[in-house]
Order: sequence, then structure tokens, then C-alpha cells
Amino acid sequence: MNSKRITAILAILALLLMCMGGCKKYQPNEVVYVYNWGEYIDEEVNELFEQETGIKVVYKIYDNNESMYAVVKNAPGTYDVVFPSDYMVGRMIAEEMLEPINFDNVPNFQYIMEKFKHMDYDPGNLYSVPYTWGTVGLLYNTSIVTETPTSWNALWSEEYKDQILMYNNSRDTIGIALLKNNCSLNTTSEAELRVATADLIKQKSLLQAYVSDDIFSKMESGSAALCPVYSGDAISMISENPDLAYTVPAEGTNRFVDCICIMKDAPNKEAAEKYINFLCRQDIAERNREFTAYSTPQQQVYDALPDEIRNDPIAYPDDSSISKTEVYTNLPQETLELYNSLWNDLKNS
Amino acid sequence: MKKHLIAVPYYVWAVVFIAVPLLMIGYCAFTDASGAFTLENIQQITKYWPVMLRSLLYAAVATACCLVIGYLLAYCMAQQSERTKTVLMILLMLPMWISFVLRTQAMQDLLDLVQNWLKAAGIDLQVRNNALAVVLGLIYNYLPFMVLPIYTSLEKLDKRVIEAAEDLGANRFNVFRKVILPLTMPGVGSGIIMVFVPTISTFVVSEKLGGAKFNLIGNVIQEQFLQVYNPNVGAAISLVMLVLILFILIIFSFLDDETKEGLL
Repeated sequence: MNSKRITAILAILALLLMCMGGCKKYQPNEVVYVYNWGEYIDEEVNELFEQETGIKVVYKIYDNNESMYAVVKNAPGTYDVVFPSDYMVGRMIAEEMLEPINFDNVPNFQYIMEKFKHMDYDPGNLYSVPYTWGTVGLLYNTSIVTETPTSWNALWSEEYKDQILMYNNSRDTIGIALLKNNCSLNTTSEAELRVATADLIKQKSLLQAYVSDDIFSKMESGSAALCPVYSGDAISMISENPDLAYTVPAEGTNRFVDCICIMKDAPNKEAAEKYINFLCRQDIAERNREFTAYSTPQQQVYDALPDEIRNDPIAYPDDSSISKTEVYTNLPQETLELYNSLWNDLKNS
Repeated sequence: MKKHLIAVPYYVWAVVFIAVPLLMIGYCAFTDASGAFTLENIQQITKYWPVMLRSLLYAAVATACCLVIGYLLAYCMAQQSERTKTVLMILLMLPMWISFVLRTQAMQDLLDLVQNWLKAAGIDLQVRNNALAVVLGLIYNYLPFMVLPIYTSLEKLDKRVIEAAEDLGANRFNVFRKVILPLTMPGVGSGIIMVFVPTISTFVVSEKLGGAKFNLIGNVIQEQFLQVYNPNVGAAISLVMLVLILFILIIFSFLDDETKEGLL
């Protein structure tokens, strides 16, 4: 009984000491609040940042642009660093939710490839630093789909009934129907969007499900045969199941750029800039590239890659394929509302 | 007065986590993004009637199935020896020790397995990613909430009442219909409420087990808040749902009193 009590007291003392050690290390203002996609960083990188700078990283994750937007819109001043995609960067700039970055404090920005600077969503390149990029393509199981699909129409083929998956978000899913019909991904034409939705309604009876993260388990296990997929995820899934293959259909596709930005009411802007600069450092960027499998916008990191990765057409498609891609832009409010109502029609059909 | 004071922790809780959110929902439902008064959000609800009807239907079917399965199970359990009762109770509660989302995810994999068996047996029945799967998932998740209150009221039932009915010549069916059922109506009532209310607003089950192919009202509310970011419409739909559920519960309690009186 007595020895137990002593152990307990010692344990409490040890805990207190650890707390005090912690308090000494971090001044209250030296915290950076980071909000990123799930599985989108090698978390050891955060520990390295803490060790090197003494700034504590409070790290939270989200699963899509829209839910991130809803959270930061509702609670300004909660986060310093966020990772929106292209069109969401545009929307957040338009709504004055982002803080211009002082690039004097982010010297590693120089390593970003020129073709990823001054993108349409941030023409002056004041608010965003590219983090990863990729394309959307078709992932298919070669033991079921024996011929390489060449068109987005493959997602409408009767023979793969109940084995087709689509994304459970309106922008990507309506986008694929637009691609199939050779329309622009950023179209605001109501007629084109209605035709695309009508096609999706026709497709619905062939689908196994609309998915988000379930896509990994369903494709890796072989319970689904065919789906649209982000290229980085495709690389991860192919490494788990070698039967899977990735192709970009002839009609072209969406190219996305996920960025790092600083929030308007960032509690610690300087720490945020240090953090962004850290992520752009070659060794750190390489760790994250390896962990996420997404393509890097950094010239030095790219140059140092082994040939088989640099020439991997999934991660680094050639310029002629790139020329057939389109980056999402922020849509006008009335088009966003139309998307919402068409999505509702699709789910009610 | 003293007795009143011990409930203060709960009052604080209720104000912060029930009253304030309700007021916020009410406020958001009747204002637009700039904070001006509007009825437009409430009017938007007309777009979602089919979704609401579907949610109502699924919840009703799931509740009815839970009631039949749950009553039979509770009745059997109440007849067992103390030892068997404990075992059955643990078996019933076991899945509840695991998180709701995990259980639903597991159900998805289980249905995959069942689908393969059905296919192997040559039976052409879809049990995945459709309405059937959603209703099965709802029953699976909420059955214990039906069994527990019914079981409790069966346990509390005075055995002498049943003996009296038997002595007076009632057959087994009449004993059940005229004595046991009316006396366990309070348990049935709370069981129905505890299953119906959460099932009507579910969004995890329809997304995971329905393959997200059709929305239930819970999915629409979630989309309004987290996808299209229109919290005002989301709040308006929530408010309408709240009133609707309240309305159904009032009708139900009214019917319940009637049936109780009628049967007694």
C-alpha cells in the first residue's frame, strides 16, 4: 500500500516536472496553429519544426475545402496556416479571409517552379505558396477492366455496373460529367451544367456508391473496379494493390494546386511565415512529398528525384498532357447555388 | 429550495448546451447572411419535402421493425433465469461499447460479406448501398434503445397481475393483449421515441450504408453547414425538423394516452 502511494506521488512529480519543462520551452506567443488536410504531411516534420525553432505546432486536420472554409469562416483568429486548393484560395481572397504573405520572410519561395507562380486564383501571388499539385484521372482494376479506358465515358459503361465509384462532392462529380461532354470545368452555362447533371442521373443506377475516403479501401480490396481519383492518391493505392492502374482520359482533366496560406486574423503571423518557409526547405519538402506521394511544385526537390519518379507519368505528366488540363477557378455565387440545387436533384433522383 | 440547488450543474449545462444553441438556430433560421430578418430560409424548405418524406419513411420503418424485434426479444429476456438475463443483456449491449461510426463502417463490410454469400447462393438481392442497407443499419444501431425501456417495464410488471388474469380465465393471448401490453406501454412509448428521433435525423448511416446515393434530411443539413456553407438554410431546416418531430411526439403521446385508457 505504502509503496504504491510513493510510486503515485513520484509519478505526479514527474508529470509536474514535465509540464514545467514544457512551460519553459514555449513562450505563450510562440505557437503556430496549423489546419491541414488529413494525411497531408509527415507529422515528424512538425516535431522537427518545434525542435529547430522552439515554436509549438498545434495541428488540426480537415477532409475537404468546404468544411475547412466553414470552420475558419465561423471562427476567425483560430488558425494561422491553412491549406486551401486553387479555387478555394480564389474564394478566400475574394472574401478577404487571407493575409498577404511577406515573402521577405519566406526566402525558400524562390525554389517554387515559375509555372506555379502567379496562378489565376492568385494573380499577384500575394497570398499563396503552392504545396502540392496533381491531376484527376481514372483509376481502374486491370483484372476487371482489361482495356485501358480512353474516355471519361468509361464511367458510364453498363458492364461495370455496381463497380463504379464517384466522388461525393458536387464540384468534382459534376466536373467529370462536364469533361465527358467536352465542356469547361469552370463553365457558368446553366444549359451545360443541366446536361451534365442529367448524365449523372443516368449514371446513378450503375454506381456502387458516392465516396470520399472510402475510395481507398474499396479500390485496394477490389470491391470496386473503376473511379475518378486524385493522382497522388492513385500512386498510394497502386503501391498497395499492383492490379490498379491510372490513366488520364483523352478529353483532358482537372489539374489542382493545393496551397499554403495565412489567415487574415492569424494570431501569430511571423510564426506562420517561419512555418511556411520551413515547409519549402528542400529536405522538408522532400519528406512531405515522399509521405503524401503528391507531386511537388519545387524545382530543387523535383531535380533531386530518382528518374523513375521524375518520369512517372502519373505524378509528372508531360507538357502535352498538362496543356489539356484546367485548374478550377472560384465560381460566381449564382453558379455555386446552381451546383447546389443540381446536386440536390441528383441525390433525389 | 435546497433540493433545487443540487440541480444547478445541470441547469448551467442546459443553458449553455441546449438553450443557447436553440436560440442560435432560431436566430440563424430567420436571418440572412448579413443578419437582416428574412423568411426566405424557411421557404427554401419546400425544395426538401421529398427528402423529408423519405427520412420520415425510413425512420418509421426502422422504428416499427425495432419495435417488433425489440418487444419479442425483451419478452423472451424477461422470462429467462437471472444468469441468462445477464448474458443476453451483455450480448445486447456489447456493440454499444464501440463507437457509432465504427459500428456503421463495420456494418458496411459485413454487408459486403453477406452480398458475396447471396451471390454465391444465386440469390439476386441487393443488400448494399441501397434503402434496405440503410434501414438495416438503423435497426442494428438503435435496437438496444428499443429493448431496454421495454425490458425494464416488463421486469417491473407485477407477476401477480398476470396470475390474476389467468385465474379469471383469460387465455395467453388475452393476458398479453389486455394485461401485459397495456402495462408496458410506457416502455414501448419511450422506446419508440428513443429510436424514432435519432433515426429521422441520421446522416452517417445513409452516407456509409446507402452509398451516399440519396440524401436524408440529416445529410442535407450537414451539406448546408459544411459543403455549401449556408448555415441560415441549415438552421431553418433544423428548426422545421424540430417542430415536425415535436408535433409527431405530441400526436403520439395523445394516441398513447388514448390507447392506454382504451385498453385499460
